[in-house]
Amino acid sequence: MSDVSFVRTEMLPEQAPPASSVGIIGWLRANLFSNITNSVLTLLSLFFVWYILSGLIPWTFQSVWTANSLTECREIMQERWGSTHGHACWAVINERWLQLLYGFYPPYPATPDVIVGESTGFLPAYFRPNLAMVLLLVAIAPVLFAEYVPRKLLIVTASYPFLMPWLMWGGSIWGPIMVAAGLGIGYLAYRFLTPIVGGIGGVVAAILLPVIWWLFLSGAVAGAIDSVIPIGIAEVESRKFGGFMLSVLIGVVAIGVSLPIGIVLALGRQSDLLIVKGLCVGFIEFIRGVPLITLLFVASTLLNIFMPPGTNFDIILRVMIMVTLFSAAYMAEVIRGGLAALPKGQYEGADSLGLDYWQSQRLIIMPQALKISIPGIVSNFIGVFKDTTLVSIIGLLDPIGLSQGIRSNAAWNGIYWELFAFIALIFFIVCFGMSRYSMYLERKLKTDHH
Amino acid sequence: MTTISDPPKAQFRLSMLIYDTRYRSMTIQVVALFGFMLLAAWLVNNTIQNLNDLGKPVEFGFLVEPSSYDINQRLLEYDSRDSHLRASLLGLLNTLVVAFLGCITATVIGVLVGVLRLSNNWIVARIMTVYVEMFRNVPVLLWIVLAMAILIESLPAPRAFRGENPEATMNLFDTMAVTNRGIYVPEPLFSRSLGDIHFLGASSLRFDVSLDLMAILIVLGASIFAMRRVRARADAVQEATGDRPTIWYIQLGILAVPMIALLVALGFHLGYPELKGFNFKGGTHLRNSLIALWLALSLYTAAFIAEIVRAGILAISKGQTEAAAALGLRQGRIMSLVILPQALRVIIPPLISNYLNLTKNSSLAIAVGYMDITGTLGGITMNQTGRELECILMLMLVYLSISLSISAVMNWYNDRVKLVER
Repeated sequence: MSDVSFVRTEMLPEQAPPASSVGIIGWLRANLFSNITNSVLTLLSLFFVWYILSGLIPWTFQSVWTANSLTECREIMQERWGSTHGHACWAVINERWLQLLYGFYPPYPATPDVIVGESTGFLPAYFRPNLAMVLLLVAIAPVLFAEYVPRKLLIVTASYPFLMPWLMWGGSIWGPIMVAAGLGIGYLAYRFLTPIVGGIGGVVAAILLPVIWWLFLSGAVAGAIDSVIPIGIAEVESRKFGGFMLSVLIGVVAIGVSLPIGIVLALGRQSDLLIVKGLCVGFIEFIRGVPLITLLFVASTLLNIFMPPGTNFDIILRVMIMVTLFSAAYMAEVIRGGLAALPKGQYEGADSLGLDYWQSQRLIIMPQALKISIPGIVSNFIGVFKDTTLVSIIGLLDPIGLSQGIRSNAAWNGIYWELFAFIALIFFIVCFGMSRYSMYLERKLKTDHH
Repeated sequence: MTTISDPPKAQFRLSMLIYDTRYRSMTIQVVALFGFMLLAAWLVNNTIQNLNDLGKPVEFGFLVEPSSYDINQRLLEYDSRDSHLRASLLGLLNTLVVAFLGCITATVIGVLVGVLRLSNNWIVARIMTVYVEMFRNVPVLLWIVLAMAILIESLPAPRAFRGENPEATMNLFDTMAVTNRGIYVPEPLFSRSLGDIHFLGASSLRFDVSLDLMAILIVLGASIFAMRRVRARADAVQEATGDRPTIWYIQLGILAVPMIALLVALGFHLGYPELKGFNFKGGTHLRNSLIALWLALSLYTAAFIAEIVRAGILAISKGQTEAAAALGLRQGRIMSLVILPQALRVIIPPLISNYLNLTKNSSLAIAVGYMDITGTLGGITMNQTGRELECILMLMLVYLSISLSISAVMNWYNDRVKLVER
């Protein structure tokens, strides 16, 4: 008898998977045509995409770039393509883009009456806002990309709050320097008075002395120095500010200032001190309960009434204050979420190490809580930047305010898609960029292993 | 000789207020309260002094003066001789109308988009992502103004409907006219109407209640109650015998028959819009401002709601889906019986805050001229009377109470669906 049983001693070679489940076809079957419903949905979606693109692409690219009015635009369209529909008239952007970016900010502030496009100085047009923008990027780079950028650039970051207003509004350089000097005075007071009057006394002195300096002395000193060594640049009035420059200006100030205020408010809301907690909760809930527009009404009509008689400070500054307060309340809630998400052991661990309240907040709690709240903080930033458009309602000329002006101009009456598409695109780029950055930051700070 | 001495008697010294943790928190609080009161007193003092200088002390008498402006989209009757208070009331109703409509459409669109964004279908998911990113990253004011511009500039004027060979025609079997002055839709009319009851006489807060509407609501409520009873009985039968009786036609009958009978009794018919002269007459006129605001707010908020829904569904672990599938449930029932009830707990709290945002964003109505409370009380009334402090104060109070009541209602609901933990 021969042995008929057969045992294979070597593996069969692997076979290629069926052609219908790999490659493009496999992907199509898995993702687009997995069953009948899906196939129908896919076809409908493809039709929808084709419909949109077949209108959008010719509209965007078969367009008129140079014309002086909408009527002229339409004449050119009629001549070139035989119809006025389905073609964009980008000429309005071509003509007004500088206005949409800078409002009525003079391109060469030293000589207020120059016509746009005619250089009279040796500096390029819009040198000051552009420089402020570039410096802004330099100033935030060491904060945003700490590992790629030299830490020395933090000097720019620290001086930016004083440099930027001077560049934008102009005037004597001694004003901002004297304001900065107040912080120096505070630091020196803390440093040298603490050994003499004790810790608390040092803190009180470090707060009181700069305030006295700012309120009573700095103006006089700045004026005195200015009369001896006048260094300054041409002043620009607030009502000339506008366009995306204004949005960025308000947005950056509100974002930058609201984060620290929000942290303080969140800590206040979490604290055991009943009165402090009550004040913080009241402030946060009040601000969150009313729309921003009412706060802007306060800025435009009431804030001067709240100040001592005769005070009349700048409308942009007033708007910045209200937007900052608004943003701070929302920021506080986001950070409170981060604080609440920390396990109790972190607080107890910090206590058991003998750290005092501020040390434990600075070294243990805040770094973790802020990390948890990054997505919320960034979406709050995005919200603030978008909300800066509301200033158009109280008459400031942000892009939307300007767009209303352009649409009511006789030459461009009846145009809307092109204008709003341009404005929306810029907002989209900035906001989308911010949300992508927050994702990058989350990945970078992630310390757990998943 | 004593080795043990009494512990040192704690003597109160002033510095203990700062250095002793027992007293320090007290000190801080007193200082904070004192500082706050000082600040408040300073602000109030400034305000009083400034208002006296301007010659307009705080008073609310202006509210009963005639408003002398018109409100075009309104729920209650009103004319320009009515008081500012009534104008504000109508504005408030308009705010509530647009907020209510917006919340409903935003929820519907948002849930749909959020679920579709998780679809296996690659292209559908991508389209929904584009929608969400497009609306989330562009300011809502821009969407509102753009929607208004599209409605005004691209729709036909009423005169385009005129003539033998009109450029534009009415939609939906000649019942609806879409024009650049707004949309005219059929209105419900009753030929044997029960009439209205007038409340609050001739005061600024007067309002009418339509008895027809009351009757419809009562019948609807009774039908729903009866339907629930029928369902409860079906449940009981199922408990007892294991077989569930078919009840859907009974339920449908209970809902439809009384309602149809009532509508016939009231002589229900639709009033269609008709072109008369330069404009449409008849039907309900939804103005551009309302539609633009409604549309923009819904689409904008829907993008946020979609993200919330998506996050809520993703928060439910895959094991739940698989376990439900192992029990033999179909795809749709897995969603409705297993996933959504759990996801709702995650979804509801942020959903509430989005409803609140929508309500607050409805104040942007002023940009398109929809007469909500910001447009009346905070807009024309404030500019006409010059009573900035009083108007803004009232405006803020109104929004605060809307916000607080929405969050109270939603918190109550949230407590009800909350996971009961042991």
